[in-house]
Amino acid sequence: MRTTRNTGSGDAFSVALAEDAPCSVALELNGVTRSGACETRELLSDFLRHELGATGTHVGCEHGVCGACTVLVDGVAARSCLMLAVQAHGRRVDTVEGLSSSAQTLGDLQEAFARHHALQCGFCTAGILMSCTDFLRRVPNPDEDAVREMLSGHLCRCTGYTPIVAAVLDVAKLRQAQSREQEASHV
Amino acid sequence: MKPAPFAYLRAQDTRHALDALAQAGADARVLAGGQSLMAVLNMRLAQPRWLVDISRTAELDSVRVESGHLVVGAAATQGSVEWRETLRDEVPLLRMTFPHISHFQIRNRGTVCGSIAHADPSAELPLALLTLGGDVTLRSAKRRRTLSAADFFQGMLMTAREPDELVESVRFPLKAPGQRFAFTEFSARHGDFALVSCAAVVTDDAIRIGVGGVADRPVLECLPRLEGDDLRSALNDFSWKLGARDDANVSAAYRRHLVRQLGWRVIKEAK
Repeated sequence: MRTTRNTGSGDAFSVALAEDAPCSVALELNGVTRSGACETRELLSDFLRHELGATGTHVGCEHGVCGACTVLVDGVAARSCLMLAVQAHGRRVDTVEGLSSSAQTLGDLQEAFARHHALQCGFCTAGILMSCTDFLRRVPNPDEDAVREMLSGHLCRCTGYTPIVAAVLDVAKLRQAQSREQEASHV
Repeated sequence: MKPAPFAYLRAQDTRHALDALAQAGADARVLAGGQSLMAVLNMRLAQPRWLVDISRTAELDSVRVESGHLVVGAAATQGSVEWRETLRDEVPLLRMTFPHISHFQIRNRGTVCGSIAHADPSAELPLALLTLGGDVTLRSAKRRRTLSAADFFQGMLMTAREPDELVESVRFPLKAPGQRFAFTEFSARHGDFALVSCAAVVTDDAIRIGVGGVADRPVLECLPRLEGDDLRSALNDFSWKLGARDDANVSAAYRRHLVRQLGWRVIKEAK
């Protein structure tokens, strides 16, 4: 990475990244190490889409309100439009592209969304799926109120949210049943 | 909706951040969680020359109990405090406050100190800090000083912080015996900026009630343990004292109405 200026010791900014020089960012995207160049001011959302070609993450409002660009940063749901690409250097980023094991299959959350008609145009869906991924890890057995509170961070103008709530509760139930089966088979 | 160009510095440790602030002063902005600042940068409402990123400065990322306070460091996220298992016993009012702050996805990254340093008049954390009688520790390369929340907040997005200072930590007093708490707010949609927010700390002989979203900063009123018409009258006086104005959202009269209603509610519901 190029430095702003080289004024020797005593300059706190001697290790800063200059505004006009490309900086290189390397991160782990869905388990694969990826790198690219960007300006310091480039948003993580734009870096993912334009530099790494990961266009599954959508960009809506660009000020943190709509939730379309939500990704996982080190496993935690966050707005990729409120984070700089340089801040993601060395971190793990998970996007909707990583939710299924292959391009031909869907993850259980995605299958539930299809089953419950939890999307129409799909613009908001990638972000919602990433929030749900983090949320269900923390709260494996949520009630409807908790799901609606989590979804309040996303705007969806197609569904009215009710089918999304149903899909999330359905997945939670299925995962609970699965883990009970696994426990039983270990006895 | 993209930020103007800036140079970016990732602070290796606190000293590094303080040296940068000493050097750049008002040309620099501190980037912690970025959940207010990044939106401000995206909209180009601020165009700093330097960004000093403290979000990965490990020594600032701490939450600990120390001499009767919950001490939250500059890089600690709201989520890390919200999901703390002992928070219910330590600072119950904070636990009641978090669900009102924006959304889960924002609290994951937004910091407690960042919200307080930003000093939005309708933000929940400045209100909770003021109502609890907490304080703010500011540190520059040369000195460290601690200000009460009442002295720290000075107006709309204005605080007592000097350009070379970092909000190093904030301290919330731990629950004292006999204290009961409540927090509520009214907004058009869940997670929106509150039209009026109210926090209360009630004991057997006193009421502390704080109101956000009306004046240019959160405001605290200390009352004796009034009941009935006396309490309604005191809340009415308080609502007028806040100097509500008509704006694009609602009228001043409606804000005063909300202060009276929500104020009554938090005092009655405090537990």
